[in-house]
Amino acid sequence: MIGRRALLAAAAVVALAAVGPFLPAYPLTLLTQALIVGILAMSLDVILGYTGLSSLGHAAYFGVGAYAVAIMATERQAGLLACLAMGVLLAAATAAVFGLLAIRATGTYFLMITLALGMVIWGLAFRWVSLTKGDNGIAGVPRPVLGPLDLSGPVPFFYFCLLSALVAWALMGLLVVSPFGLGLRGIRGSETRMRALGYNVWLHKYAAFVISGVFAGFGGTLWAYYNGFVSPNDVQLVTSVETLLMVALGGPGTLIGPALGAGIIVFLKNFVSVYTKRWLLILGGTYIGVILFAPSGIVGALRGRRR
Amino acid sequence: MTMRRSILLLLLGLGAAALLPASSPAQGGGPIKIGLLAPLSGAFSATGKDMLVGTEQYLDEIGRTVAGRKIELIVEDTEGTPATALTKARKLVDQDKVHVLTGGLLASTGYALQPFVDSVRVPTTFPVIAADDLTQRKPARWIVRTGWTTSQPMHPFGEWVAKTLKHKRIVTIGMDYAFGWETVGGFQRTFEDNGGQIVQKIWTPLNTNDFSPFLAQIRRDSDAVLALFVGRLALQFMKQYEAAGLKDRVPLLGGGTTTDESVLPQMGDEAIGAITALHYSAAIDTPQNRKFATAFEGKAGKSASYYSEATYTGTRWIAEAIKAIGGRVEDRDALLAALRRVEIKDAPRGPIAVDQWNNPVQTIYVRKVEKVGGKLQNTVIATFPAVGQFYKYNPDEYMKAPLYSRDYPPCKHC
Repeated sequence: MIGRRALLAAAAVVALAAVGPFLPAYPLTLLTQALIVGILAMSLDVILGYTGLSSLGHAAYFGVGAYAVAIMATERQAGLLACLAMGVLLAAATAAVFGLLAIRATGTYFLMITLALGMVIWGLAFRWVSLTKGDNGIAGVPRPVLGPLDLSGPVPFFYFCLLSALVAWALMGLLVVSPFGLGLRGIRGSETRMRALGYNVWLHKYAAFVISGVFAGFGGTLWAYYNGFVSPNDVQLVTSVETLLMVALGGPGTLIGPALGAGIIVFLKNFVSVYTKRWLLILGGTYIGVILFAPSGIVGALRGRRR
Repeated sequence: MTMRRSILLLLLGLGAAALLPASSPAQGGGPIKIGLLAPLSGAFSATGKDMLVGTEQYLDEIGRTVAGRKIELIVEDTEGTPATALTKARKLVDQDKVHVLTGGLLASTGYALQPFVDSVRVPTTFPVIAADDLTQRKPARWIVRTGWTTSQPMHPFGEWVAKTLKHKRIVTIGMDYAFGWETVGGFQRTFEDNGGQIVQKIWTPLNTNDFSPFLAQIRRDSDAVLALFVGRLALQFMKQYEAAGLKDRVPLLGGGTTTDESVLPQMGDEAIGAITALHYSAAIDTPQNRKFATAFEGKAGKSASYYSEATYTGTRWIAEAIKAIGGRVEDRDALLAALRRVEIKDAPRGPIAVDQWNNPVQTIYVRKVEKVGGKLQNTVIATFPAVGQFYKYNPDEYMKAPLYSRDYPPCKHC
């Protein structure tokens, strides 16, 4: 099963990699964006799809990663590796603190706590003006250069993001099929039973939460490079909600599904809006359609049909 | 497996089809393409509509033709977020190959677009975005601002309030973000330089639903209150200011958006008497403005606002520049130079030209809300011709001081 999936994924990656240089600039930009947002969606899937915790604050870690890169790159002219490390570390630290507060709650309460914690980060981004430049945002983040490799062009940056997404997907994929990942699925199924079996449920959930935050932060670091700009808008609730919708659309608990969902939404938003001003209606219709006819998401439905 | 594989192939095929460009871009003799970025969905969609209608109104007036070439307007929705604005700007530049980029509403969008525009070297105009530093401490090479800087109307206004209204002690209350800080900061600077004192500064969060706790703090012994609000918040502030019994006790002054025509028609008598300053008023009594405002009302079914005048005149600005270079928009450097040289003497808002930092020098109007013929309007009660972004200050010294912020200028008399 894993072998077949890896084969499919490899085929998709090769197809993307092959097609990249031949694409016009704008679709390539969108594809890059989809890859980055895809990392964020996959990271949310680790806790939403596999552990059964729906978070409304995932933009927080994404934002911490993005802000870390923006500040390091513009004020300290830090290089790619230092920025990446800082972004991921800070996102991990944020998730580690927030996890302590959030993991005690379940269901709606978990949703509300993560929402509130997400708003804390938004508030900091907005009000800590000396650090974040507040509402104006931080502009002028240069595209990264890695040693002799100049990643500033659209094509090299696309490959960099493709590689990053692939690594993130592989790592998270290994995580969810590991014994630890199976433990998470058990918790999703029945927390009490897992506790009775002797699993440390709290620790499992906490670790999953932090790992998820790490990958969200990783996505955020790429986002800062991609836009060259970070503002409180990237950290706000809408970003968290949109991520949640991407996971729901693609299929929670499938990992590749949320990435696909991210891709679909990025393209819907940017292609459909060219043809009609009512594109929000189409986006809304798509959500409703998926929830009615494929409650387990697109990939979930495809897998379900096969069984 | 076959089922899934075929679906996957189908999806891949569809994806590939969607990626192919609809048509290859025409070079040379084709239409002149103008890309407009406006928030057409989301919280700012009403403003976005004003911007769009203003643009189309001018294009229709000139039959969508300049210097013998057709104009093609390509509109993109920014959703009011800078990241989306950037994506759409990339689309307009990379895919549509626009010759001129224009639009944008929020300060953050301006700062986000600036490095991008400078890197792709596409002549760009900002008809609305007012963030001070875009033409001061962080000027962009490829952007010409045809709108205004936030503090620009407030400089003469602060002086006028001190000298003409003879207010001594003023309380400010405003939205807690850059636009609010720059409005209040500009006012404070000239008001205090002319002998006034800001005795209290209150900042309200952007998502405030109830102003009572803030209104209760306002010092009742002050001579006036300066308020800066936008959109829905302006409507609510006005109502609550009256309900708190302040309207008849402490006169209300404000930044231009507090009584802008985009919100004024929805206000009641509570707004009457408020004095604000801006580079436009729909009630400016010139033939050009009457013509513009009447035509806009006919087209949009609502009052002309500063946003609609901004894109109306902004589009004319672009057209004048294109005319000046005989329609050869492919020469980007020439187009940019032409955009900087444009001078309009008879815009609805009055005469405009840009200074060496690409910011307009224009007339500032002090307006008082009055009810004329059953409708509220911003009656002009004082005008300041040819006001630049630095007002009477030396530009170099001005830019050495920090940008107006929450804490600058400091509140010395609080």
